[in-house]
Amino acid sequence: MTPSTPHTGRFGPYGGRYVPETLIPALDELAAAYAKASGDSGFLAEVDRLAEDYVGRPTPLYRARRFEAEAGVGPVYLKREDLNHTGAHKINNTVGQALLARRMGKPRIIAETGAGQHGVATATACALFDLECVVYMGTEDVERQSLNVYRMELLGAEVRPVDSGTRTLKDATNEALRDWVTNVADTHYIIGSVVGPHPFPLIVRDFQAVIGREARRQILEAEGRLPASVVACVGGGSNAMGMFHAFAGDEEVALIGVEAAGEGLGSGRSSAPLNEGRPGVLHGSLSYLLQDADGQVAPAHSVAAGLDYPGVGPEHSHLKDSGRARYVSVRDGAAERAFRALPGLEGIIPALETAHALAWVVEAGRRGEVEVPVAICLSGRGDKDVVHVAGLGDGEAGSGDGEAGPGAVP
Amino acid sequence: MEKQGRGQFRDGPAAESLRFGRRFMMGDAPRGRIAERFARLAAERRAGFIPYVTAGYPTLAHTRELLAGLAEAGADVIELGIPFSDPMADGPTIQRSSQGALDQGTTVDDAFAVLAELRESSDVPVVIFSYLNPVHSRGVQTFIRRAVDAGADGILPTDLPLGADPPLEAALEACPLDLVRLIAPTTSPARVREIAGASQGFVYYIARTGVTGARAELRGELVREAGAVRAASPLPVAVGFGVSTAEHARAVGAAADAAVVGSALVDRLDDGGVAGALELARELRSALNEVRPG
Repeated sequence: MTPSTPHTGRFGPYGGRYVPETLIPALDELAAAYAKASGDSGFLAEVDRLAEDYVGRPTPLYRARRFEAEAGVGPVYLKREDLNHTGAHKINNTVGQALLARRMGKPRIIAETGAGQHGVATATACALFDLECVVYMGTEDVERQSLNVYRMELLGAEVRPVDSGTRTLKDATNEALRDWVTNVADTHYIIGSVVGPHPFPLIVRDFQAVIGREARRQILEAEGRLPASVVACVGGGSNAMGMFHAFAGDEEVALIGVEAAGEGLGSGRSSAPLNEGRPGVLHGSLSYLLQDADGQVAPAHSVAAGLDYPGVGPEHSHLKDSGRARYVSVRDGAAERAFRALPGLEGIIPALETAHALAWVVEAGRRGEVEVPVAICLSGRGDKDVVHVAGLGDGEAGSGDGEAGPGAVP
Repeated sequence: MEKQGRGQFRDGPAAESLRFGRRFMMGDAPRGRIAERFARLAAERRAGFIPYVTAGYPTLAHTRELLAGLAEAGADVIELGIPFSDPMADGPTIQRSSQGALDQGTTVDDAFAVLAELRESSDVPVVIFSYLNPVHSRGVQTFIRRAVDAGADGILPTDLPLGADPPLEAALEACPLDLVRLIAPTTSPARVREIAGASQGFVYYIARTGVTGARAELRGELVREAGAVRAASPLPVAVGFGVSTAEHARAVGAAADAAVVGSALVDRLDDGGVAGALELARELRSALNEVRPG
């Protein structure tokens, strides 16, 4: 990785450190440790070495020709973060933060997880560095991502189900913050997305920015030009920030974040704060937020547990307001169809989260709205979702518009 | 009357300036009522009692009855909690009361309405205890105006540490409400002085690293820590988080200017209704009358 620049903790007006006083020293300590580490060539070299030897980087940028034919859009490149160790982009961040925790002398790690991918990636990094690991996970997610619960336990982590509130990622994050407030002396909180109080949105983005750096280089090699569009799904927004960051200065590249519209914008059953929310404070930072008129956080919904979150990273809010990025949305059904289609077309089972980005390219491509070449962040693999999608039946695919490919999951 | 900021409480406004009747006049912001109360406590050489109530839990009718009862039972300041969907600094008890209040449909306006009703019978100082988002969502100036109109004396935002948002903090510091600041066991001595210097009305010392919730024991170091904060603070110091019993109250009251009790009262409200909670309040009040900070 490359050194990061000093930072104020704000992206435009967004971000900040809206936390209980108890956490302020820990955030100061983390910001200082990160500033030091990110200027330390030894640390940066160790992150790079682990990325190569352990995570399996660089990941390929793969041209998906059968997907192109099916969607009628091309060239389409998939940045294969699903091929990382543990099957998603999340490990780029957890290995880096676990190294930071070791430098800070914190023997205990906590994390929140929605889909379970960040929990698995955290448990993995903790096994690697011999750190104690506790992962908070909403009981609804424990149910729909049971495979990942078992993986975390195999890796030596303790999974603590969270039964409060909406029993999903939001509440798992509350509980992780409560643990951190209580055990802050010996514990580092590895936040899984570009959310939370400063310096987390900055640290997570920097560790994930390797995705876009590689993709930019790779597409220049393959196409001799930059992509016209870069597309990624956005829950908290870590894979999207990781993908976007290297292209932020390339004004000719359209940055497109795909939020989860759930059962539809306006239905009250969605997870699209950049489309439907307004600025508010949750989990330590100011950002777009789903909330009611009284400032109570509104429950989110998405078929993809990793997108089922009412907030979003503050840098995305700034990219939206500045117009540098565009945020669109895709409904559960379209994401499920893309999930079922890609395996038969390309031999790749995408995560349901990732399927939102694929589905947008299909839908917008049909309307002639996708500038090509397009690079999509294939943020994770979908093995974790197979049982859940199979359980949904094929109603969505069957009643849809025939988008499901030949290899659709039965 | 001036809002009581740093260092002013010990020679705050005289009691007669808050004569009954005048304080209820429209547009007469209740400035200094907190400082006034602490000055009186100091003069009477006893420790203060600060109960916390979640607005709307289990119903607004209970809150109405509880607030009036607590004022009657001798509360020195009441913390009125605005329920929030994501109370990240709170343990299971306040999570339950907050969610319960929201399930009842309690709004910010409802909380202000019960406060306004309390003002018909009592001048006990009231601090609005809230997470930042309900304040931010309403618009800070609107929130302040509504709170002042309802008869609030202070505001304590749980997730607005010193320096987090200078423009917002400046707006709260300049408003008629006292901006009560929190100090934690993890706060460095230099920052303790900074926070105590920036706080208004009083300083809230968090008794342990952790979330709110009743506990069987207080930490052994608490008395010494509270004493150190008190020595560094120009304002009176209240101690809360885990203060649950008369014995705890006596220990805290000997080291600080006031004890804050929240979760234990909510637990008692669940078990014994308003009568049970008020019984605990009277025990705590009586225990705190027996001690005075050194």
